Amino acid sequence: MIWLTWRQFRVQAAAAYGLLAVAVAALLVAGRPLPGSGVTRLAPADGTLYSAGIVAVYALPALAGVFWGAPLVSRELETGTHRLVWNQGVTRTRWLVTKVAVIGLAATSAAGLLSLAVTWWAGPLDAASRPDTIRPVGAAMPDAVSFAARISPLVFGARGIVPVGHAAFAFVLGVAAGILLRRTVPAMAVTLVVFAAVQVAVPFAVRPHLAPADRQTVTITMANISKLGVNGTERLEELAVAGPPGAWVLANETVDTAGRVVAAPSWVADCARPPGQAALPTADEACFARLAGLGYRQRLTYHPAGRFWALQGIETALFLTLAALLTWLCVRWTRTRLP
Amino acid sequence: MSAVLRARHLGKRYKQRWALSDCTFEVPAGHVTGLVGPNGAGKSTLLNLAAGMLTPTSGTIEVCGGVPGDGPAQLAKVGFVAQDTPVYASLTVADHLRLGARLNPGWDDALARRRIERLGLDPDQRAGRLSGGQRAQLALTLGIAKRPELLILDEPVAALDPLARREFLQDLMEAVAEHGLSVILSSHLVADLERVCDHLVVLVASQVRLAGALDELLATHHRLSGPRRDVATLPADQEVISASHTDRQTTLVVRTEAPILDPAWTVSGLTLEDLVLAYLARPAGAGSAGRPALTVLR
Repeated sequence: MIWLTWRQFRVQAAAAYGLLAVAVAALLVAGRPLPGSGVTRLAPADGTLYSAGIVAVYALPALAGVFWGAPLVSRELETGTHRLVWNQGVTRTRWLVTKVAVIGLAATSAAGLLSLAVTWWAGPLDAASRPDTIRPVGAAMPDAVSFAARISPLVFGARGIVPVGHAAFAFVLGVAAGILLRRTVPAMAVTLVVFAAVQVAVPFAVRPHLAPADRQTVTITMANISKLGVNGTERLEELAVAGPPGAWVLANETVDTAGRVVAAPSWVADCARPPGQAALPTADEACFARLAGLGYRQRLTYHPAGRFWALQGIETALFLTLAALLTWLCVRWTRTRLP
Repeated sequence: MSAVLRARHLGKRYKQRWALSDCTFEVPAGHVTGLVGPNGAGKSTLLNLAAGMLTPTSGTIEVCGGVPGDGPAQLAKVGFVAQDTPVYASLTVADHLRLGARLNPGWDDALARRRIERLGLDPDQRAGRLSGGQRAQLALTLGIAKRPELLILDEPVAALDPLARREFLQDLMEAVAEHGLSVILSSHLVADLERVCDHLVVLVASQVRLAGALDELLATHHRLSGPRRDVATLPADQEVISASHTDRQTTLVVRTEAPILDPAWTVSGLTLEDLVLAYLARPAGAGSAGRPALTVLR
């Protein structure tokens, strides 16, 4: 059975691992950007690689689901070959389990390797992540480019071990779609849509709750203010302070002395102006000191940078469990629902 | 006589439509059994149930003493060549033999190689490039070389031209004679079955209308023709299968174990085709499935 799986899969496997080798080679040849620290201007080519790395790690599980998972059973049903292979001396359950195991292993290994390479390459950039703050008036433009923390929603999914879980889940999701829909192209489309929806929903609806978040209430100062949104009528729309370095800030709320969430008084809008706007009133410490004096504080809810691997582990386990559950359903459906 | 297939009140429903209902019959071991019926009568459904590709909605079916498709031991006992003889288009002929060898514990590799060589198939040819006849032969080779007790063939010759059809069936017969396996094959063409079958099951409108040994069936069915008369006046042991009347003459196909004694009839035998056609034309519910009770028409 392993022989047959390999015989049917080897061309696709060779193509995928060939591309993977090219991608890894490209990263190796380019070399890690910013060795050490301090230098923070990124070459345009490195900027492209940084984005391409994230896109590639996200795309690989989706492609495994669409091109390896969805056709696995549906293609056999479409060409009628299931009636050939399911009438040999091997039960459909063994047939399916072997196929899912072999190809699933290929998909998760590919995702793991790519993520490893990208994580290694982008390591210095992830480490250079620091909170964005509003530049004090008169300060020089920083020559450092800032990168998203590796725990931030978008980057998190393209680093570490989580792509392995994504790949396992996407692949089995494709298999399940193929079994339920019995046609390859619709199964591919459904796999893509469902997996994309999961990838969007998980960072916002699930990941923040995988571990209890930290809370911290800080005084708003000139040094930590990161956002001051003012609308057309000079009313304060948004006020945010920077979180700890490398943290993923979930909530950034202004609270009063009693700890209730409130809006900051509208005169705070004049404490600072976005850079580049001419005729600025000078933002001064006094303005923020007055705000603090009235008892206003900023409450941060966040996952600190150090929780990166804990969240990675939990989310990976979650996706692997989902994949195992779906595999079990696929085995059941193949036995009972298919002709 | 041991049965290789035993169906009891077997039924299969697709959504609202019963493709097969209340079929009770047996197929004896060691015979080549033809399953005949018009398109859509449920032949494929019955064979897929026997191979374990489908599960029955009602009733039971037992094949080679086990539940179809239940575990590797049962799968090894039954060979199934599905309709349109599916093969993997991208795999070569040799790959298919290797597939058979890897997936079947009782695989007879020498037999498979011999057959492929005799058929003149190039082992390096991709199966997708084979002609319909060659593909059918390849599928049959896979079915035979796994050395099953029962080989089920669903319309194996439907896509073949008359010459390829003759060769395929001849080849099948040689394999049957050589290995002593039981065969069930379906066709909507009686002529195909006449050459190879010694047992017959007629399936019409999702029900089994007739099942039995071919020579016995031919010996107990007669065509009677004579002056016009009412079929109700026939002796009780003569079951009327079909009747046609003109102004002055009546022609009947009757089934009876006893000799026809009435001198008014001119008695003649039936060909297999006549026999099958008589049952195909018979309205539903005129006789019960299997061996009809002779008192039905009284």
